[in-house]
Amino acid sequence: MSKDIRIKKGLDIKLVGIAEKNTTNVSLSGVYAIKPTDFHGVTPKLIVKEGVNVKAGEALFYSKSDERLLFSSPVSGKVVELIRGARRKVLAIKIAADTTQEYKQFETKDAAKMSAEEVKNYLFAAGCWPFIKQRPYDVIANPNQAPKSIFVSAYASAPLAADLDYILAGKEAELQAALTAVSKLTEGIVHVSVGANSNSPLSKINGVELHKVFGPHPSGNVGTQISKIDPINKGEVVWFVTPQDLVIIGELLLTGKFNASRTVALTGSKFNNPQYVTAIAGANIADVVANNLENDNTRIISGNVLSGVEVKEDGYLGYYDNQITAIPEGNDYELFGWTKPVFNKISTSRALTFSWLNPKKMFNLNTNTNGEHRAFVVTGSYEKVFPLDIYPMQLLKAFMYKDLDEMEALGGYEVAPEDFALTEFICVSKQPHQKIIREGLDLMREELG
Amino acid sequence: MGLKENLHNLKEKYRGTKMAPAFNAIHTFLYLPNEVTHGGTHIKAADDLKRTMNTVILALVPCLIFGMFNAGYQHYAAIDGSLRADVLANFFTFDNLWIGIIKVLPLVIISYGVGLGVEFIFAIIKGHEVEEGYLVTGMLVPLIVPVDTPLWMLAVAVVFGVIIGKEVFGGTGMNILNPALTIRAFLFFAYPTWMSGDKVWVQGAVERANEIAAGSTADAISGETILGSYAQNQDVIYSTFDKFMGFIPGSVGETSTFLILLGAAFLIFTKIGSWRIILSTFIGAAAMGLIFNQIVAADIITESSKFYGLMNTVWWEHLMIGGLAFGAVYMATDPVTASQTNKGKWIYGFLIGFFSIMIRVFNPAYPEGVFLAILLMNVFAPTIDHYVVQGNVNNRLKRAKVKTA
Repeated sequence: MSKDIRIKKGLDIKLVGIAEKNTTNVSLSGVYAIKPTDFHGVTPKLIVKEGVNVKAGEALFYSKSDERLLFSSPVSGKVVELIRGARRKVLAIKIAADTTQEYKQFETKDAAKMSAEEVKNYLFAAGCWPFIKQRPYDVIANPNQAPKSIFVSAYASAPLAADLDYILAGKEAELQAALTAVSKLTEGIVHVSVGANSNSPLSKINGVELHKVFGPHPSGNVGTQISKIDPINKGEVVWFVTPQDLVIIGELLLTGKFNASRTVALTGSKFNNPQYVTAIAGANIADVVANNLENDNTRIISGNVLSGVEVKEDGYLGYYDNQITAIPEGNDYELFGWTKPVFNKISTSRALTFSWLNPKKMFNLNTNTNGEHRAFVVTGSYEKVFPLDIYPMQLLKAFMYKDLDEMEALGGYEVAPEDFALTEFICVSKQPHQKIIREGLDLMREELG
Repeated sequence: MGLKENLHNLKEKYRGTKMAPAFNAIHTFLYLPNEVTHGGTHIKAADDLKRTMNTVILALVPCLIFGMFNAGYQHYAAIDGSLRADVLANFFTFDNLWIGIIKVLPLVIISYGVGLGVEFIFAIIKGHEVEEGYLVTGMLVPLIVPVDTPLWMLAVAVVFGVIIGKEVFGGTGMNILNPALTIRAFLFFAYPTWMSGDKVWVQGAVERANEIAAGSTADAISGETILGSYAQNQDVIYSTFDKFMGFIPGSVGETSTFLILLGAAFLIFTKIGSWRIILSTFIGAAAMGLIFNQIVAADIITESSKFYGLMNTVWWEHLMIGGLAFGAVYMATDPVTASQTNKGKWIYGFLIGFFSIMIRVFNPAYPEGVFLAILLMNVFAPTIDHYVVQGNVNNRLKRAKVKTA
């Protein structure tokens, strides 16, 4: 059964630096780092101490709210440093990798014969639960709740996003095993969506409902798909997993090894050869981008340009990320930049901005804000890039003045920060939409559960 | 480049001081700032508020230039009616422009000078950046006042409008009423004898009337607007062409429906102005005009009534005369004070048009209603939005109920 998802509202941001479809293996980095900050809303309780040796798949810490929720080391090696911030908050756990990797051996399982409880415990033990996330609130799924359905988006529409068809090719067995296991976790349906013209390995998977996705970004965002297929109401929970994380779960089921390596797209105009590499979660950025990056006034982003996190070259790949983007910093002045005709930047208006003339053009955008932060003034523009059945500006304002009743009524349960990435991109007032949404969701989670 | 570096150094030097907002306001007009994104999206679209505001100003410039010529043309044509026989030959003359330069430009300068002065002072006191809202307001104000408005009145009104209309609410983006219309309303209610009547619309008419009162024998200059003539059930001497192109007395920038429609086309094309509001305002006005025409046609209102003149005005003529077109295109579309939802914009615009014509016909003191109608709907815009948004909320609740049932 297939149900198509078609959206019209949205915007494809076309940038230079699409990754070419060839993959090189990056040699093992010296040091890896796991950042608990990648797991939003989790307060880490450390299991390891500085100086101990861990195997790949061995737990480093658990969540304060649920001690079954383990977080595993992606590599085997020695814990060399615990970096702490204000109030002794753990910011990163650094592990010096062994030259030959050792894996903690888990049982291999036939997913089809497992019960829901067995799947849960299996994923807990191997540290694979963090791959399962939930809405509302866009955090790691609460295992005590029952999701009404589970979503997997195998279509990435974000700017320069890794081509999921390419990086998943040949992983049918892993994906099938993982989806069979994951589908045990819900009484409802597992929805898998693929691009309109895709030859995704996921289109041959059994036991799921397949959807084809048409339309501009954010059609690939799982939030858009949830809202079109099975929107979240108050009191309901939906879980979602990314396909690249399903591969890790699948490999665990088939081989008993926790192998957090994934294909990562190096994208953006500051890469000499935008392409794919294989890297392990938490890898050192410098090692991953070695001999490829032009690091001269460059913004390096773990993730995509809309929702990714800024990292330095000595930083580390995010736990969930399968993309590193490098674009020029825009820290320069531009004479009469506020009024002169603009040809080299993207705009959704036509106010002497001419990106509408050439919709196929690839732009080389930098990080300049193109203006200063202001109060909300312009109306009606967000709606054109926002496909959810929600009033975006009204919701943002409710999130800003923290009226919980309104946040709930206007659709706060249905959104995640990434849904507001496009509205933030086009915002004339340069408001930090994703930050507003993130803080509002945290408040809702605290106050409303 | 030397200038760029020097200004950058100055900016760093003034950072955090009281003068920083004032300096930055000027600096950012020269250079797009070197600010980069942090957190959130790493790239941003090209548009900012300055560009948005500037687009509206560009759309207003033709009206301003036309208004300057028209100021002179109406002055000379009032003295020598024969000029009206050949409008095109007698309109774009330097004499006309000169009147515009000495009468209209000072209005623009006072409007911007006083208004931006107030904005700068508030920015410095409150320590925020100078916001761009006044760029458009400052341009709108001289275009919606009669040409003979004394400069001191305008200055007082601008101070009132910017402070009470905008700054007390928290500045650009926070105001409930359109600041330009607040200024216009202040002028109207504070100086009613000056702002209404049949003198103030043509340059020189007031002075001449005073001279006559003092014993001069010169001919009086009539400064009557079309609406004034209709309201007094007098005949109107202007052709439809004159009315559409704008060769008629009226506030400085409001007369040329043709140029206003060009501006509207530009605003809609650039996606800055809301076509929903513009279109629905015209529809609303046409609807009310048609209703009045029907009332007259049904002989409910006869020629003896004082409302007859304006009620009998053909509905499409209502769209061209007075400030309706200008209000619909440039004032009603102000995104801060208009309805913010697309559905709400239709309702908001329609009611503005509807009430404009209603007030125009029934207002005994002053035959124009556009600015009052827009201000009225400014107040009701949040209410309209509330019900539109509530529809979305109710759908969400319904969805949840169907699920549980």
